[in-house]
Amino acid sequence: MKNGETFNITAHADREIVVTRLFDAPRPLVFDAYTQPALVKRWLLGPDGWSMPVCEIDLRPGGKYRYVWRSDSDGREMGMGGVYREVVAPDRVVFTEVFDEAWYPGEAVDTIVLVERDGKTTLTQTILYNSRETRDAVLKSPMQTGLTASFDRLENLFPALGREALSA
Amino acid sequence: MELNGYAQSSARLDATFAALADPTRRAILARLAKGAASVTDLAEPFAMSQPAISKHLKVLEQAGLISRGRDAQRRPRRLEARPLRDATQWLEHYRQFWEAQFQRLDALLHELQTSGETTRKKKVRSQKKNALKGDKQ
Repeated sequence: MKNGETFNITAHADREIVVTRLFDAPRPLVFDAYTQPALVKRWLLGPDGWSMPVCEIDLRPGGKYRYVWRSDSDGREMGMGGVYREVVAPDRVVFTEVFDEAWYPGEAVDTIVLVERDGKTTLTQTILYNSRETRDAVLKSPMQTGLTASFDRLENLFPALGREALSA
Repeated sequence: MELNGYAQSSARLDATFAALADPTRRAILARLAKGAASVTDLAEPFAMSQPAISKHLKVLEQAGLISRGRDAQRRPRRLEARPLRDATQWLEHYRQFWEAQFQRLDALLHELQTSGETTRKKKVRSQKKNALKGDKQ
């Protein structure tokens, strides 16, 4: 899919980052991919060379989720979690997010909205931070935390996503 | 990266985003993108007093987004591309990170739709059918 038309990230208002992305799949499938641990573990892997050993999701208002990523090379771990505030399958999820090693203060609130049209689904994810400083620090973070990776090799990863992962 | 360097570039980024948060200032930058202009030139399209425009110019200048020319009479303002480029670069890094995740998600969604999982397939088919009929959900 051509990126320019289907993927956008903007710094919105003072405290928000808004991510939009078009997926060539019906809405319930995208919703599942975002909320079922076995599926989330297959794509939300973080930077190249990291895996996601922990992915726990209690998908209901007040339910918690917990993600942990691990670097394949040195075993370093990065964890985050939060609480679901709204769960309206298959079109809307609101949850908080806090990282274990808080590299920004306070918790952010994520709102995911899915809209389907002609079998394709547009994701709009709005992340509301507690201050403009936080939001701007997050925009810096992929570089700041050394998470930039060579994404050129990404396509080579697809075949590596084996059957075991799918049936897990 | 040195903490000091981080703090400095972070503060600069803050200043850039703050300066860009105002529509008048964005309009001024858009005007300056076409070429340098004096304060009088810049005030004209905005129906604003020169002091009001000067205030905006000061914010832009402090953020390093504009500079003053050498012409002593007109002191034309000109656009400084660097901070804007930095700001968009940060966004670009964030974008690249998420695009990596999303490309994997694309592959997964594709696989789920074409895989032999019968129940899944049925679900997807009925979804597609519903979408065609236009009676979603």
